[in-house]
Amino acid sequence: MTDPEGAGTVIHETPLASRHEALGARMIDFAGWRMPVQYSSILEEHRCVRERAGLFDLSHMGELLVEGPDAGDALARALVTNPPALTVGRAHYSMICAPDGGILDDLIVYRLAADRFMVVANASNAQIVSDALAERLDGSRALLDDQSLATGLVAIQGPRSVEVLTPHTDVDLASLRYYGIADGQVAGIPAHVARTGYTGEDGFEVFVDTGRTGELWDTLLEAVRGVEGGPVGLGARDTLRLEAGMPLYGNELDTTTTPYDAGLGRVVKLDKGVDFVGRAALERAAADGPKRRLVGLTVEGRGIARHGYPVHSGDRRTGVVTSGTQSPTLGVPIAMAYVAPSDAEPGTMVDIEVRDTRVPARVVPLPFYRRSS
Amino acid sequence: MSAPTDLRYTRDHEWVRVDGGEATVGITQYAADQLGDIVFVELPDEGRDLEEAKAFGVVESVKAVSDLFAPLTGTVTSTNDALAANPELVNSDPYGDGWMIKIRLSDTSEMDDLLDGPAYDDLVAAG
Repeated sequence: MTDPEGAGTVIHETPLASRHEALGARMIDFAGWRMPVQYSSILEEHRCVRERAGLFDLSHMGELLVEGPDAGDALARALVTNPPALTVGRAHYSMICAPDGGILDDLIVYRLAADRFMVVANASNAQIVSDALAERLDGSRALLDDQSLATGLVAIQGPRSVEVLTPHTDVDLASLRYYGIADGQVAGIPAHVARTGYTGEDGFEVFVDTGRTGELWDTLLEAVRGVEGGPVGLGARDTLRLEAGMPLYGNELDTTTTPYDAGLGRVVKLDKGVDFVGRAALERAAADGPKRRLVGLTVEGRGIARHGYPVHSGDRRTGVVTSGTQSPTLGVPIAMAYVAPSDAEPGTMVDIEVRDTRVPARVVPLPFYRRSS
Repeated sequence: MSAPTDLRYTRDHEWVRVDGGEATVGITQYAADQLGDIVFVELPDEGRDLEEAKAFGVVESVKAVSDLFAPLTGTVTSTNDALAANPELVNSDPYGDGWMIKIRLSDTSEMDDLLDGPAYDDLVAAG
């Protein structure tokens, strides 16, 4: 017998796997990594991040360093954004597209130094992005150094993140703005500290050497416990990002989707004066306008919309749900869906096919949740 | 934790309490724990005829959707309306306030197919 699922599959463990198990986490295989989906309860962990502070192990994500005199220009040819426009210590949201304009992954690009960038990719696409960058950088004075397995990443997210992290770092957090990154120490460990996240809250992502991730986690876990916070798994990470209206690769984004479909056309810098992979296709997509649009939905009947459920406008199928859950913060079912542009205006009523019944839902602006401060 | 010995169980993790010709049905503590925070329960209308081992409803946690299977053949006589507003009762009190439906049984001999408490504990322990 062959094992189609398991054949040749290596399951990676983050340096924190044994700690997650000791904390009683339920572990799942996610994008080739054994990861904690929840420690106590997804709802509790979600509230912990919205109200106090939560700690995430994100060591599965890909960290790709691009270095050399042409690093910025080479990235500008490889990605849809214009990394040379970043000042040192700043970051932006980006995407890497195929020649046909389809999204290979969504990314954060950090400028660590004049000739040094860090590209952070989703775990599920880290190898694809690494391979594509290696190919696209070939021939330029820029070297790709895939540091994914050598890097640990721990995020602290929530309104009390500054208060929790401040005693443990020499980085001036007050002057570190949203989408900024600084070098320093956290818990005595050399680190990149970035004010980024995927929850809709204030917070930080701390990149360290994989061998010291355990020490970092232990210090920060004790610190978040001090404000009645705790560890947070992938389950709450998903509900948090969905409330914040942030796309998830594999749900809202994939190779058949352009940034314009996803309402992320502003990310694409067609005017950067550089020929980049996917440019011709994306120029056409921008000129033609999207054939479908990503919208927020709140369910007004009884039922929870889930990934893959059809969306109807009267007798016409208008689209499909990409992500859906019961919103822990709003207390109602929320979803993101692709629908026809004619059905995308906020206030439009559509029906979601939930098993054998049709449940009414209203198109609403994204995000579902925005922090007050 | 052991399953209550006064109940009977399916291999799909529903429990049954039989009282005369009527059975109360819910899901086990193990099932509720595995699902996590339950946020939605979809139950059949009263009067609907259920067939043993066929899906009769749905329970949803934040993360997952799971079918409910009829442990016995019969007709739904009542449903737990409290679960519409408070689905978390299934997590907090699965064998009590978290009950789901009551069925008037068509064939009490189907009871013989159900597991008793220790047998259900063995099933769970075997994973």
